[in-house]
Amino acid sequence: MQQTRAVEFGTGLFVFLGIVALFFLTTRVTNFDSYEGEEGYTLTARFDNVGSLKLRAPVAMSGVKIGRVTSISFDDEMLEAVVEMRIDARYDKIPNDSDASILTQGILGGQYIGLEPGGSMEFFANNDEIQFTQSALVLEKLVSKYLFSQADKEE
Amino acid sequence: MTKILRDVWYSVQDFLQTFGASQLFLIRILAGCPAAFLRPRLIIKQVHDSGVLSLAIIGISGFFVGMVLSLQAYNSLARFGATESLGVLAALALTRELGPVVTALLFAGRAGTALASEIGLMRATDQLSGMEMMAVDPVRRVVVPRFIGGIIAMPLLAAIFSAMGLFGAWLEGVVLLNVDEGAFWQQMRDQVDMYDDVLAGILKSFVFGIAASLLAVFEGYNSIPTAEGVSRATTRTVVLTALSVLVLNFMLTAVLIGEV
Repeated sequence: MQQTRAVEFGTGLFVFLGIVALFFLTTRVTNFDSYEGEEGYTLTARFDNVGSLKLRAPVAMSGVKIGRVTSISFDDEMLEAVVEMRIDARYDKIPNDSDASILTQGILGGQYIGLEPGGSMEFFANNDEIQFTQSALVLEKLVSKYLFSQADKEE
Repeated sequence: MTKILRDVWYSVQDFLQTFGASQLFLIRILAGCPAAFLRPRLIIKQVHDSGVLSLAIIGISGFFVGMVLSLQAYNSLARFGATESLGVLAALALTRELGPVVTALLFAGRAGTALASEIGLMRATDQLSGMEMMAVDPVRRVVVPRFIGGIIAMPLLAAIFSAMGLFGAWLEGVVLLNVDEGAFWQQMRDQVDMYDDVLAGILKSFVFGIAASLLAVFEGYNSIPTAEGVSRATTRTVVLTALSVLVLNFMLTAVLIGEV
Protein backbone atom coordinates (compact mmCIF):
# COMPACT_ATOMS: atom_id res chain seq x y z
CA MET A 1 0.00 0.00 0.00
CA GLN A 2 2.75 2.39 0.97
CA GLN A 3 4.42 1.73 -2.36
CA THR A 4 1.25 2.32 -4.37
CA ARG A 5 0.85 5.67 -2.67
CA ALA A 6 4.43 6.61 -3.51
CA VAL A 7 3.82 5.68 -7.15
CA GLU A 8 0.63 7.71 -7.30
CA PHE A 9 2.27 10.67 -5.58
CA GLY A 10 5.21 10.56 -8.00
CA THR A 11 2.94 10.32 -11.01
CA GLY A 12 0.79 13.19 -9.82
CA LEU A 13 3.89 15.30 -9.28
CA PHE A 14 5.19 14.39 -12.74
CA VAL A 15 1.97 15.26 -14.56
CA PHE A 16 1.75 18.48 -12.54
CA LEU A 17 5.32 19.39 -13.51
CA GLY A 18 4.57 18.62 -17.15
CA ILE A 19 1.53 20.86 -17.14
CA VAL A 20 3.47 23.63 -15.41
CA ALA A 21 6.13 23.32 -18.13
CA LEU A 22 3.47 23.53 -20.85
CA PHE A 23 1.92 26.53 -19.15
CA PHE A 24 5.34 28.18 -18.95
CA LEU A 25 6.01 27.51 -22.64
CA THR A 26 2.67 28.91 -23.76
CA THR A 27 2.53 32.00 -21.57
CA ARG A 28 6.10 33.11 -20.91
CA VAL A 29 7.63 32.10 -24.22
CA THR A 30 4.92 33.06 -26.71
CA ASN A 31 2.78 36.15 -27.01
CA PHE A 32 -0.32 34.00 -26.83
CA ASP A 33 -2.11 36.18 -24.31
CA SER A 34 -1.71 39.39 -26.27
CA TYR A 35 -3.45 38.72 -29.55
CA GLU A 36 -5.88 35.86 -29.44
CA GLY A 37 -9.51 36.41 -28.70
CA GLU A 38 -9.11 39.94 -27.44
CA GLU A 39 -11.63 42.66 -28.07
CA GLY A 40 -10.80 44.90 -30.97
CA TYR A 41 -11.89 46.48 -34.22
CA THR A 42 -10.76 46.04 -37.80
CA LEU A 43 -9.24 48.65 -40.10
CA THR A 44 -8.25 48.24 -43.71
CA ALA A 45 -5.62 50.08 -45.69
CA ARG A 46 -4.59 49.95 -49.34
CA PHE A 47 -0.95 50.03 -50.35
CA ASP A 48 0.82 50.12 -53.72
CA ASN A 49 3.42 47.77 -52.31
CA VAL A 50 3.50 45.95 -48.99
CA GLY A 51 7.14 44.86 -49.29
CA SER A 52 7.68 41.82 -47.10
CA LEU A 53 4.96 42.56 -44.56
CA LYS A 54 3.82 39.33 -42.92
CA LEU A 55 0.60 38.17 -41.30
CA ARG A 56 0.50 38.98 -37.57
CA ALA A 57 3.03 41.75 -38.04
CA PRO A 58 2.56 44.42 -35.37
CA VAL A 59 0.69 47.67 -35.92
CA ALA A 60 2.36 50.37 -33.88
CA MET A 61 1.68 53.94 -32.96
CA SER A 62 4.55 56.02 -31.54
CA GLY A 63 6.41 52.72 -31.32
CA VAL A 64 3.82 51.08 -29.08
CA LYS A 65 2.10 47.97 -30.41
CA ILE A 66 -1.63 48.58 -30.68
CA GLY A 67 -2.69 45.74 -32.99
CA ARG A 68 -1.78 43.14 -35.56
CA VAL A 69 -2.09 42.53 -39.29
CA THR A 70 -4.80 39.92 -39.81
CA SER A 71 -4.89 39.55 -43.59
CA ILE A 72 -3.00 40.66 -46.67
CA SER A 73 -4.64 40.27 -50.06
CA PHE A 74 -4.46 41.70 -53.55
CA ASP A 75 -7.37 43.57 -55.08
CA ASP A 76 -7.22 42.78 -58.79
CA GLU A 77 -9.61 45.57 -59.78
CA MET A 78 -7.84 48.46 -58.08
CA LEU A 79 -4.47 46.68 -58.50
CA GLU A 80 -3.51 47.39 -54.94
CA ALA A 81 -2.63 45.38 -51.88
CA VAL A 82 -5.32 45.36 -49.19
CA VAL A 83 -4.16 44.94 -45.60
CA GLU A 84 -6.57 44.27 -42.77
CA MET A 85 -5.48 44.90 -39.22
CA ARG A 86 -7.07 44.40 -35.85
CA ILE A 87 -6.60 47.16 -33.30
CA ASP A 88 -7.03 46.64 -29.56
CA ALA A 89 -10.39 47.86 -28.34
CA ARG A 90 -8.81 50.09 -25.71
CA TYR A 91 -7.19 52.25 -28.45
CA ASP A 92 -10.46 53.64 -29.78
CA LYS A 93 -9.48 57.30 -30.06
CA ILE A 94 -7.31 57.24 -33.16
CA PRO A 95 -8.08 60.22 -35.45
CA ASN A 96 -9.64 59.02 -38.70
CA ASP A 97 -7.22 60.96 -40.86
CA SER A 98 -4.17 59.17 -39.43
CA ASP A 99 -1.83 57.75 -42.01
CA ALA A 100 -0.34 54.28 -42.22
CA SER A 101 3.11 53.45 -43.52
CA ILE A 102 5.07 50.24 -43.76
CA LEU A 103 8.28 50.53 -41.78
CA THR A 104 11.13 48.22 -40.85
CA GLN A 105 12.24 47.28 -37.32
CA GLY A 106 16.01 47.61 -37.06
CA ILE A 107 18.28 46.66 -39.92
CA LEU A 108 17.33 43.01 -40.22
CA GLY A 109 14.00 43.20 -38.44
CA GLY A 110 10.62 42.39 -39.88
CA GLN A 111 8.28 44.99 -41.29
CA TYR A 112 5.41 46.54 -39.40
CA ILE A 113 2.72 49.14 -39.93
CA GLY A 114 3.29 52.48 -38.26
CA LEU A 115 0.33 54.81 -37.73
CA GLU A 116 0.95 58.56 -37.57
CA PRO A 117 -1.85 60.46 -35.84
CA GLY A 118 -3.75 63.06 -37.85
CA GLY A 119 -5.59 66.12 -36.55
CA SER A 120 -9.18 65.08 -37.02
CA MET A 121 -11.61 65.10 -34.12
CA GLU A 122 -13.39 62.01 -35.50
CA PHE A 123 -12.12 58.58 -34.57
CA PHE A 124 -11.69 55.35 -36.51
CA ALA A 125 -14.53 52.88 -36.12
CA ASN A 126 -14.84 49.22 -37.05
CA ASN A 127 -14.23 48.42 -40.77
CA ASP A 128 -13.01 51.94 -41.58
CA GLU A 129 -10.41 52.39 -44.26
CA ILE A 130 -7.22 54.30 -43.68
CA GLN A 131 -7.11 56.89 -46.50
CA PHE A 132 -3.51 58.01 -46.34
CA THR A 133 -0.95 55.28 -46.83
CA GLN A 134 2.68 55.06 -47.71
CA SER A 135 4.13 51.92 -49.28
CA ALA A 136 7.10 49.91 -48.17
CA LEU A 137 10.45 51.13 -49.42
CA VAL A 138 11.85 48.77 -52.02
CA LEU A 139 15.60 48.83 -52.15
CA GLU A 140 15.87 48.48 -55.94
CA LYS A 141 13.55 51.45 -56.49
CA LEU A 142 15.56 53.58 -54.08
CA VAL A 143 18.80 52.70 -55.84
CA SER A 144 17.39 53.44 -59.30
CA LYS A 145 15.94 56.72 -58.08
CA TYR A 146 19.36 57.69 -56.75
CA LEU A 147 21.12 56.66 -59.95
CA PHE A 148 18.68 58.61 -62.14
CA SER A 149 19.07 61.69 -60.00
CA GLN A 150 22.85 61.43 -60.36
CA ALA A 151 22.52 61.06 -64.13
CA ASP A 152 20.22 64.08 -64.29
CA LYS A 153 22.75 66.18 -62.40
CA GLU A 154 25.56 65.37 -64.82
CA GLU A 155 23.61 66.51 -67.83
CA MET B 1 24.82 -12.35 -58.17
CA THR B 2 21.48 -14.06 -57.80
CA LYS B 3 22.43 -14.81 -54.22
CA ILE B 4 22.92 -11.12 -53.46
CA LEU B 5 19.61 -10.28 -55.10
CA ARG B 6 17.91 -13.01 -53.14
CA ASP B 7 19.41 -11.72 -49.89
CA VAL B 8 18.22 -8.22 -50.69
CA TRP B 9 14.76 -9.58 -51.51
CA TYR B 10 14.69 -11.51 -48.23
CA SER B 11 15.63 -8.48 -46.18
CA VAL B 12 13.01 -6.35 -47.97
CA GLN B 13 10.47 -9.07 -47.29
CA ASP B 14 11.58 -9.23 -43.69
CA PHE B 15 11.30 -5.47 -43.29
CA LEU B 16 7.83 -5.33 -44.82
CA GLN B 17 6.72 -8.26 -42.72
CA THR B 18 7.91 -6.62 -39.50
CA PHE B 19 6.35 -3.33 -40.56
CA GLY B 20 3.02 -4.99 -41.31
CA ALA B 21 3.13 -6.98 -38.09
CA SER B 22 3.74 -3.81 -36.06
CA GLN B 23 0.74 -2.13 -37.73
CA LEU B 24 -1.49 -5.11 -36.95
CA PHE B 25 -0.15 -5.06 -33.40
CA LEU B 26 -1.04 -1.35 -33.18
CA ILE B 27 -4.61 -2.20 -34.19
CA ARG B 28 -4.75 -4.88 -31.49
CA ILE B 29 -3.50 -2.35 -28.95
CA LEU B 30 -5.99 0.29 -30.05
CA ALA B 31 -8.79 -2.25 -29.77
CA GLY B 32 -7.71 -2.87 -26.17
CA CYS B 33 -7.42 0.82 -25.26
CA PRO B 34 -11.01 1.54 -24.18
CA ALA B 35 -10.98 -1.38 -21.74
CA ALA B 36 -7.66 -0.23 -20.28
CA PHE B 37 -9.18 3.02 -19.05
CA LEU B 38 -11.40 0.95 -16.76
CA ARG B 39 -8.25 0.15 -14.82
CA PRO B 40 -6.55 3.53 -14.43
CA ARG B 41 -4.17 2.20 -11.76
CA LEU B 42 -2.31 0.10 -14.31
CA ILE B 43 -1.87 3.17 -16.49
CA ILE B 44 -0.78 5.32 -13.55
CA LYS B 45 1.84 2.72 -12.69
CA GLN B 46 3.16 2.86 -16.27
CA VAL B 47 3.16 6.66 -16.43
CA HIS B 48 5.22 6.45 -13.27
CA ASP B 49 7.63 3.90 -14.76
CA SER B 50 8.23 5.62 -18.08
CA GLY B 51 7.63 9.22 -17.01
CA VAL B 52 8.67 9.79 -13.42
CA LEU B 53 11.71 7.55 -13.63
CA SER B 54 12.84 9.38 -16.81
CA LEU B 55 12.42 12.76 -15.17
CA ALA B 56 15.98 13.07 -13.87
CA ILE B 57 17.70 12.27 -17.16
CA ILE B 58 15.29 14.46 -19.16
CA GLY B 59 15.59 17.43 -16.80
CA ILE B 60 19.36 17.34 -16.52
CA SER B 61 19.86 16.76 -20.25
CA GLY B 62 17.50 19.61 -21.08
CA PHE B 63 19.31 21.91 -18.71
CA PHE B 64 22.72 21.22 -20.21
CA VAL B 65 21.46 21.29 -23.81
CA GLY B 66 20.03 24.75 -23.08
CA MET B 67 23.30 25.88 -21.48
CA VAL B 68 25.46 24.75 -24.39
CA LEU B 69 22.98 26.13 -26.94
CA SER B 70 23.20 29.49 -25.26
CA LEU B 71 26.98 29.40 -25.06
CA GLN B 72 27.44 28.42 -28.71
CA ALA B 73 24.85 30.86 -29.99
CA TYR B 74 26.26 33.70 -27.89
CA ASN B 75 29.67 33.42 -29.50
CA SER B 76 28.21 33.39 -33.02
CA LEU B 77 25.66 36.13 -32.37
CA ALA B 78 28.24 38.36 -30.67
CA ARG B 79 29.98 38.77 -34.04
CA PHE B 80 26.87 40.47 -35.41
CA GLY B 81 26.09 42.33 -32.21
CA ALA B 82 22.80 40.45 -31.97
CA THR B 83 23.19 38.72 -28.61
CA GLU B 84 19.69 39.87 -27.63
CA SER B 85 18.32 37.30 -30.07
CA LEU B 86 19.70 34.57 -27.84
CA GLY B 87 16.33 33.97 -26.20
CA VAL B 88 14.51 33.64 -29.52
CA LEU B 89 17.11 31.28 -30.86
CA ALA B 90 17.09 29.06 -27.78
CA ALA B 91 13.29 29.02 -27.55
CA LEU B 92 12.77 28.17 -31.23
CA ALA B 93 15.46 25.50 -31.26
CA LEU B 94 14.14 23.91 -28.07
CA THR B 95 10.40 24.01 -28.73
CA ARG B 96 10.55 23.13 -32.42
CA GLU B 97 13.32 20.55 -32.65
CA LEU B 98 15.51 19.73 -29.69
CA GLY B 99 12.72 19.29 -27.16
CA PRO B 100 10.73 16.64 -29.03
CA VAL B 101 13.63 14.89 -30.78
CA VAL B 102 16.18 14.66 -27.97
CA THR B 103 13.45 13.71 -25.51
CA ALA B 104 12.28 10.92 -27.83
CA LEU B 105 15.84 9.60 -28.17
CA LEU B 106 16.40 9.71 -24.40
CA PHE B 107 12.95 8.20 -23.85
CA ALA B 108 13.86 5.30 -26.15
CA GLY B 109 17.06 4.77 -24.19
CA ARG B 110 15.57 5.09 -20.73
CA ALA B 111 11.94 3.94 -20.96
CA GLY B 112 11.77 2.09 -24.29
CA THR B 113 14.49 -0.37 -23.34
CA ALA B 114 12.89 -0.97 -19.95
CA LEU B 115 9.52 -1.71 -21.59
CA ALA B 116 11.02 -4.01 -24.24
CA SER B 117 13.15 -6.01 -21.82
CA GLU B 118 10.37 -6.26 -19.25
CA ILE B 119 7.86 -7.62 -21.75
CA GLY B 120 10.56 -9.73 -23.40
CA LEU B 121 11.43 -11.32 -20.05
CA MET B 122 7.75 -11.98 -19.41
CA ARG B 123 7.68 -13.76 -22.75
CA ALA B 124 10.90 -15.68 -21.99
CA THR B 125 9.65 -16.80 -18.58
CA ASP B 126 6.28 -17.86 -20.04
CA GLN B 127 4.34 -15.33 -17.99
CA LEU B 128 2.51 -14.19 -21.12
CA SER B 129 1.53 -17.76 -22.02
CA GLY B 130 0.44 -18.22 -18.40
CA MET B 131 -1.91 -15.28 -18.72
CA GLU B 132 -3.34 -16.66 -21.94
CA MET B 133 -3.89 -19.95 -20.15
CA MET B 134 -5.93 -18.08 -17.52
CA ALA B 135 -7.92 -16.42 -20.31
CA VAL B 136 -6.30 -13.05 -19.59
CA ASP B 137 -5.38 -11.28 -22.80
CA PRO B 138 -1.71 -10.28 -22.27
CA VAL B 139 -2.06 -7.51 -24.87
CA ARG B 140 -4.79 -5.88 -22.79
CA ARG B 141 -3.28 -6.59 -19.38
CA VAL B 142 0.42 -5.97 -20.10
CA VAL B 143 0.93 -4.17 -23.40
CA VAL B 144 -1.87 -1.60 -23.58
CA PRO B 145 -1.21 0.12 -20.21
CA ARG B 146 2.48 0.42 -21.07
CA PHE B 147 1.64 1.86 -24.49
CA ILE B 148 -0.80 4.42 -23.07
CA GLY B 149 1.59 5.28 -20.23
CA GLY B 150 4.34 6.01 -22.76
CA ILE B 151 2.07 8.20 -24.88
CA ILE B 152 0.99 10.22 -21.85
CA ALA B 153 4.53 10.58 -20.54
CA MET B 154 6.28 11.61 -23.77
CA PRO B 155 4.70 15.06 -24.46
CA LEU B 156 4.99 15.98 -20.77
CA LEU B 157 8.64 14.97 -20.77
CA ALA B 158 9.26 17.00 -23.94
CA ALA B 159 7.64 20.06 -22.36
CA ILE B 160 9.77 19.62 -19.24
CA PHE B 161 12.86 19.22 -21.43
CA SER B 162 12.12 22.49 -23.28
CA ALA B 163 11.35 24.37 -20.08
CA MET B 164 14.53 23.12 -18.39
CA GLY B 165 16.45 23.96 -21.58
CA LEU B 166 15.15 27.52 -21.47
CA PHE B 167 16.12 27.75 -17.83
CA GLY B 168 19.62 26.58 -18.78
CA ALA B 169 19.75 29.06 -21.68
CA TRP B 170 18.61 31.85 -19.36
CA LEU B 171 21.18 30.93 -16.70
CA GLU B 172 24.04 30.79 -19.19
CA GLY B 173 22.97 33.78 -21.31
CA VAL B 174 21.53 36.23 -18.81
CA VAL B 175 23.27 35.36 -15.56
CA LEU B 176 26.71 34.29 -16.79
CA LEU B 177 27.11 36.13 -20.13
CA ASN B 178 25.17 39.27 -19.16
CA VAL B 179 22.70 39.36 -22.04
CA ASP B 180 19.99 41.89 -21.27
CA GLU B 181 17.22 40.07 -19.45
CA GLY B 182 14.35 42.18 -20.81
CA ALA B 183 15.45 41.72 -24.42
CA PHE B 184 15.96 38.00 -23.86
CA TRP B 185 12.34 37.42 -22.82
CA GLN B 186 10.70 40.16 -24.88
CA GLN B 187 12.18 39.11 -28.22
CA MET B 188 11.28 35.54 -27.39
CA ARG B 189 7.67 36.47 -26.74
CA ASP B 190 7.51 38.56 -29.92
CA GLN B 191 8.84 35.92 -32.25
CA VAL B 192 7.86 32.55 -30.85
CA ASP B 193 4.42 31.58 -32.08
CA MET B 194 1.91 29.63 -30.04
CA TYR B 195 0.74 27.38 -32.86
CA ASP B 196 3.61 27.19 -35.32
CA ASP B 197 6.27 26.64 -32.68
CA VAL B 198 5.02 25.44 -29.30
CA LEU B 199 1.98 23.40 -30.33
CA ALA B 200 3.81 22.02 -33.37
CA GLY B 201 6.53 20.80 -31.00
CA ILE B 202 3.98 19.18 -28.70
CA LEU B 203 2.30 17.50 -31.66
CA LYS B 204 5.68 16.15 -32.71
CA SER B 205 6.43 14.80 -29.26
CA PHE B 206 3.01 13.14 -29.18
CA VAL B 207 3.70 11.36 -32.49
CA PHE B 208 7.17 10.36 -31.28
CA GLY B 209 5.57 9.03 -28.10
CA ILE B 210 3.31 6.77 -30.16
CA ALA B 211 6.24 5.56 -32.29
CA ALA B 212 8.60 4.96 -29.36
CA SER B 213 6.02 3.19 -27.19
CA LEU B 214 4.71 1.05 -30.04
CA LEU B 215 8.19 -0.09 -31.08
CA ALA B 216 9.18 -0.88 -27.50
CA VAL B 217 6.12 -3.01 -26.70
CA PHE B 218 6.14 -4.61 -30.17
CA GLU B 219 9.78 -5.66 -29.95
CA GLY B 220 9.35 -6.91 -26.40
CA TYR B 221 6.17 -8.82 -27.15
CA ASN B 222 7.64 -10.47 -30.25
CA SER B 223 11.09 -11.17 -28.85
CA ILE B 224 12.59 -14.63 -29.10
CA PRO B 225 12.09 -16.19 -25.64
CA THR B 226 15.77 -16.54 -24.76
CA ALA B 227 18.31 -14.35 -22.96
CA GLU B 228 19.79 -13.45 -26.33
CA GLY B 229 16.36 -12.75 -27.79
CA VAL B 230 15.57 -10.26 -25.01
CA SER B 231 18.86 -8.45 -25.48
CA ARG B 232 18.26 -8.30 -29.25
CA ALA B 233 14.77 -6.92 -28.70
CA THR B 234 16.20 -4.20 -26.43
CA THR B 235 18.85 -3.24 -28.96
CA ARG B 236 16.39 -3.22 -31.84
CA THR B 237 14.05 -1.01 -29.83
CA VAL B 238 16.68 1.70 -29.46
CA VAL B 239 17.89 1.44 -33.06
CA LEU B 240 14.45 1.37 -34.65
CA THR B 241 13.07 4.11 -32.40
CA ALA B 242 16.02 6.41 -33.11
CA LEU B 243 15.68 5.84 -36.86
CA SER B 244 11.92 6.21 -37.02
CA VAL B 245 11.92 9.29 -34.77
CA LEU B 246 14.47 11.03 -36.99
CA VAL B 247 12.65 10.10 -40.21
CA LEU B 248 9.24 11.02 -38.75
CA ASN B 249 10.73 14.27 -37.51
CA PHE B 250 11.74 15.28 -41.01
CA MET B 251 8.37 14.33 -42.45
CA LEU B 252 6.39 16.09 -39.73
CA THR B 253 8.54 19.21 -40.00
CA ALA B 254 8.02 19.30 -43.76
CA VAL B 255 4.24 18.99 -43.30
CA LEU B 256 4.07 21.55 -40.48
CA ILE B 257 6.20 24.11 -42.31
CA GLY B 258 4.33 23.54 -45.57
CA GLU B 259 1.10 24.33 -43.78
CA VAL B 260 2.18 27.77 -42.57
